[in-house]
Amino acid sequence: MLGSALIVFREVLEAALIVAIVMGATRGVAGRGRWVSAGISGGVIGAVLVAVFAGSIADAVDGRGQELLNASVLLAAVVMLAWHNVWMSAHGRALAHQMKQVGHDVRAGSKPLSALALVTLLAVLREGSETVLFLYGLTASGTDGPMLAAGGALGLAAGVGLGWLLYRGLLNMPIAHFFTFTGWLVLLLAAGLAANAAGFLNQAGLLPALSPEVWDSSRILSQQSWLGTLLHILVGYDDRPMGIQLAFYLVTLAMIYGLMRLFGSTGARRPSPAGQTA
Amino acid sequence: MRSNNIRAAGVWLLAAGLPGVAAGADYSLAIEGHRFQPATLAVPAGERVKLVIDNRDATPEEFESHDLRREKVVPGGGRVSVWMGPLPKGEYGFYGEFHQSTAQGKLIAK
Repeated sequence: MLGSALIVFREVLEAALIVAIVMGATRGVAGRGRWVSAGISGGVIGAVLVAVFAGSIADAVDGRGQELLNASVLLAAVVMLAWHNVWMSAHGRALAHQMKQVGHDVRAGSKPLSALALVTLLAVLREGSETVLFLYGLTASGTDGPMLAAGGALGLAAGVGLGWLLYRGLLNMPIAHFFTFTGWLVLLLAAGLAANAAGFLNQAGLLPALSPEVWDSSRILSQQSWLGTLLHILVGYDDRPMGIQLAFYLVTLAMIYGLMRLFGSTGARRPSPAGQTA
Repeated sequence: MRSNNIRAAGVWLLAAGLPGVAAGADYSLAIEGHRFQPATLAVPAGERVKLVIDNRDATPEEFESHDLRREKVVPGGGRVSVWMGPLPKGEYGFYGEFHQSTAQGKLIAK
């Protein structure tokens, strides 16, 4: 039971932390609960579909289907996160200012919720499909049903619990710095996901590694340790990155940051629509 | 439906003309009774290697290697290919994530 709990926990954790960051980043937005729930539900349905069609996906595109699907899902999430951050850099200051003045969250309905709902959907889809396959395998091999269900539920609860802790922690940030902080979190998360996508494209034989191992910090902080796992999910920490992964990480970071600066400076000069609501 | 769309998008994304860097010999690995056969596999160092994994079990497995930075689901009764390398000489551990207690193996590049 503990074995299945641990595996489900590891799979759920990444999706749960991403959902927590999305919930943090959409603080104060009307209807975000509905959007995020829709994202999670869509992700679960997608995960089951991906698991059911695992065989045909693996066979597709010369045996590269799985890698291409993973890379596409990751890169789509990167684009959505980038879009959110660029939007926020144009409107976020006004939003935070207003929250500070009224002393609580305001209801600004104009944030790009659909983008972040899609990020939620993609995160749940990717991590969820492996969980579904794993649990299906256990069921098929005749492992005790109730024990399996208990283990899965335990793993799920632990993963969601950790996500909730991250979310509560985020809410404790002072409002003045809140969106700056979640903005950085989203930026690093996006860069890490892009590096992950590069790994899948290399695995598919479509991108060269450039260098098989730029550094090895596994003795200082192993990526398989709990801290290493958390940092891998949140900021893309890799103890032995390939050159192509580092390149994707840095280029994504620079591109999103550049766009944020570009749109942030134009947004600061004129009052944003978000600042005028409520 | 969604997976097909995403897949199609991915194919389209990559059809843009990346050179095919995949080349080199095939090496095979089987999964049977939640174990790898052979559990130790020798491959040449310094060249690109294609590993073909045959899952003879009815249940899915995930081939995973932190040393090789590879992870791939192998459906029950299915066969997948994993490209790797060029690898520096050395040993690389891999395991089946869904049955870690039995599915352990290593690749020796020499």
